[in-house]
Amino acid sequence: MMLIPCPHCGPRAQAEFVYERTLDSVVALDAGADDAMNSLFTRTNPRGVDEELWRHTYGCRAWMAVRRHRVTHEIESVQPVGPEALP
Amino acid sequence: MTGPSRSPDGATINFTFDGRPLKARAGDTLAAALLANGIGLVGRSFKYHRPRGIMTAGIEEPNALVTVGEGGRAEPNTRATDVFVYEGLVARSQNRWPSLSFDLGAVFGLFSKALPAGFYYKTFFGPAKLWLVYEWFIRRAAGLGNAPQEADPDRYSQRAAFCDVLVVGGGPAGLQAAVDAADAGKRVILVEQDAELGGSLLRDPHDLGPDWTSTMAARIRDAGGTILMRTTASGYWEHDLVTLVQRITEPGQVPTDGTAQRLWHVRAGKVILATGCIERPIAFAHNDRPGVMLSQAVRTYVRRFGVLPGKRVVIATNNDDAYLTAQTLSDAGAEVVAILDARSALSATASEAQGRFTVHTNAVPKAATGGMHQLKSVKATVSAQDVSYDADLLAVSGGFTPVTHLHMQAGGTLDFSDEAQAFVAAECRQNVETIGSAANPPAALPLALHGDPKTSFVDFQNDVSIADIDLAWAEGYRSVEHLKRYTTLGMATDQGKTSNMAALARLAERQHASIPDAGLTTFRPPYTPVTMGLLAGRNHRDAGAHVRRLALWNQHQAAKPIWQPAGYWMRPRAFPRNGEDLATSARREAQTVRSAVGMTDVSSLAKFEVSGPDAAKFLEMICATSVAKLAIGRGRYTFMLREDGLVFDDGTVWRLDENRYLLTSSTGGADRMATHISYVRQVLHPELRVSAVNVQEHYAGIAVAGPLAKAALSAMIGTEPPRHMSLASATLAGVPVLLLGASYSGERAFEIYVEATHGAPVWAACETALAERGGCTYGLEAMEILRIEKGHVVVSGEVDGRLSPHDLGLAGMLNKAGGYVGEAGLSRPALAAPGRLQLVGLESLGGPIPEGSMLTLEKGVGAQGHVTAAAYRVMSGDPIALALLTDGRSRTGEELIASSPTRNQYVRVRVTAPHFYDPAGERYRD
Repeated sequence: MMLIPCPHCGPRAQAEFVYERTLDSVVALDAGADDAMNSLFTRTNPRGVDEELWRHTYGCRAWMAVRRHRVTHEIESVQPVGPEALP
Repeated sequence: MTGPSRSPDGATINFTFDGRPLKARAGDTLAAALLANGIGLVGRSFKYHRPRGIMTAGIEEPNALVTVGEGGRAEPNTRATDVFVYEGLVARSQNRWPSLSFDLGAVFGLFSKALPAGFYYKTFFGPAKLWLVYEWFIRRAAGLGNAPQEADPDRYSQRAAFCDVLVVGGGPAGLQAAVDAADAGKRVILVEQDAELGGSLLRDPHDLGPDWTSTMAARIRDAGGTILMRTTASGYWEHDLVTLVQRITEPGQVPTDGTAQRLWHVRAGKVILATGCIERPIAFAHNDRPGVMLSQAVRTYVRRFGVLPGKRVVIATNNDDAYLTAQTLSDAGAEVVAILDARSALSATASEAQGRFTVHTNAVPKAATGGMHQLKSVKATVSAQDVSYDADLLAVSGGFTPVTHLHMQAGGTLDFSDEAQAFVAAECRQNVETIGSAANPPAALPLALHGDPKTSFVDFQNDVSIADIDLAWAEGYRSVEHLKRYTTLGMATDQGKTSNMAALARLAERQHASIPDAGLTTFRPPYTPVTMGLLAGRNHRDAGAHVRRLALWNQHQAAKPIWQPAGYWMRPRAFPRNGEDLATSARREAQTVRSAVGMTDVSSLAKFEVSGPDAAKFLEMICATSVAKLAIGRGRYTFMLREDGLVFDDGTVWRLDENRYLLTSSTGGADRMATHISYVRQVLHPELRVSAVNVQEHYAGIAVAGPLAKAALSAMIGTEPPRHMSLASATLAGVPVLLLGASYSGERAFEIYVEATHGAPVWAACETALAERGGCTYGLEAMEILRIEKGHVVVSGEVDGRLSPHDLGLAGMLNKAGGYVGEAGLSRPALAAPGRLQLVGLESLGGPIPEGSMLTLEKGVGAQGHVTAAAYRVMSGDPIALALLTDGRSRTGEELIASSPTRNQYVRVRVTAPHFYDPAGERYRD
């Protein structure tokens, strides 16, 4: 079970989080049909670092972008998303 | 057999083995106690029912598997070497009938040719009917213990902990490492799976002094460290999380405070593995007989437990360690008949021993012979000559395999040590270090087979012999992973702790490769078997799933309804009167709604309050229908799409104020909708000035429906209630309420929302008002019948996640301005192509329409769709149904067969529009 550094709550056990999707599967509302389908169904799936959206469901409930190595589970960075993360 | 240091007077603990009352001494393992009582035969093997005794003195034991405990506490396949005897322990041998000594199943051993490697797979090539015979035969013959039939009465707890250093293993290396860390000010946890600290010190002479172990333990504890005894580090997970299994009581024992075991999740700064080595057996004919024992295990029984497992002993070794066993046995009064050393030259240790013992070089065992309970002789090859020794114990040492399981689970790599003929821990991406003999196993020689391969066992627990490995090779199984699965090598509850290296050596020999090139199978948690109850912890029985009770639970319970789980909720399914059954009650309730008035609890609907200047804009992303044009005080039906364009939920949206909306959606989809809303809010459009709050449990909801609903409500609030799809605030029973003119039943109806804690007086007032008008409460079953007749879809029924708005007949409501989630996905041409399922109604031309049945052109032929919900017209009772039918909307009037072959029901039906009741909606209008 991984230890995920939540940008709002600090390091917390993976059990508190839900993996939602990869960042490249986020479909913009104005995306065309082809782009939307590519995002949803033909993603890169790298054997290495990928960017993922996680949600701290049993904590602050915030979404966050996690850069994680999908073989070693090393977490490179966790960035907040949402209104609080806007410049 | 009792050793010299063991006085029979000390045996004060009573236990039974196969019903026979026996005595043990405090601190005995069951294996030690059995040996002390002269019991050599402990179990029968998995496939061939061969007699098996005690081979080891630790958790790696493959042979001496017993069932310990009774009733729900019975634990099958417990290693006799890994349970400490307690007063009243009940142990039973396994896989034998009628008794351990006289086992009819042993006859299979005579036909072992019939059960070679891959036997299961091979039987599939024969006629299918034969398999039925094989299966009966296999299921009766093969196996180990039986799972208990009763529920486990004990509790299992779980605990989380943190430390700077977690030390696994309480032997000399682990104790020293733990003391060093504690002295350096680290928070230390030391775990030891045995009941005593000391590891090898418990069996081997040493010069650390008698109090060294207790002194070290005291230093750890004094520094604030924790020592967990009878605790196995069973899994190494990501980011240095280690799971520990702590035995608070022994298997089958009644816990003093109710808790049998505890599962720890320990997040460690660093993990030190002082896990030691497991001694390897040697392959020779009948090497599985009772009386063949690992060399270090013999020392453990003699020195730790004071039990002498044999009086005339042959020792077979490929290393120096076994010479210590010879000395130990000799000191205890046993006769060491011969030491068979596989090495060609005498080592320094061997030379030194030569004066006291008969030592042969180039000497290997070839076969063990004996009866069921005891060894009689050992046949050996000494410098190419055949020799035979009378002996009742054969102590073997084939070298030492470091326990690298946790290192491997952590993602570590291994190096092969030629000197030790073993894999040792190398690199690891996690913060783990291996120390002690696990890092530096004693030197040993490669060992080849001498003797008949058919009875030279490698995996004792699964009865895999050298011949099975050879057969797998001959049949083309080249990789170690295939070999494992084909022969079941290493797949038993011991996970090949004693067998892997011997099998790998044989495979490497066949491949003409080195052992590391032959490869290794994957090590996975748990290290030793873990009982299911421990993983469940407290989350069992009623705590296995969350049950949410409605705010009006007490009010409902007073009416003794039939309850039904809906999502996480328990909702009333029907309110039977005077002994009505479900169907009768539901029909009466539905008819009351159609003819007078009914009320039901709709509190569990998902509810979100959306507010802020961008609230309408936000809702137009969530909902596929237009929201912006909704007037204040008005509401509208809506539905939501996934990003792939398919409908995933529906509900209503209400404009409470200029910038304030209430969104409702289905009960079962409430959590999914909450996630979806937070996704759009936080990820897609964080810049919107909007707040979306989940108010599902803030309000209790009561639906009042029927031709008399308006009159009943008027009387309660003293004013005109809102029109259909309008809302109003009011006071009801002295409580402020929100009234929505909304109908799910097809009748003029209202939803009353009240703060959940104030629901009771409102419910009571409604009950009184309805009783005066001949009304009643109704449950989910009546609601279902009413909505089917009205043709309203339901999430998880018609809205099954595969249908577009067009399929459901909702396309006309789509927001033409677009901009909603799923718009791009919905534009895919395939979603508009012919041949898709569409929502239709069905009228029966025969009896009731079977729920879930297929729609076919002919009986059993030509599937056209399926029935999603079946019911009947509320007043007349004529059977109707909703269905999904290929191109259904253009097939009105067509006749089909609703087929349910599993129930042998075939009913002729006619396709209709999916509205059986008031299709124009005239009953909503005032």
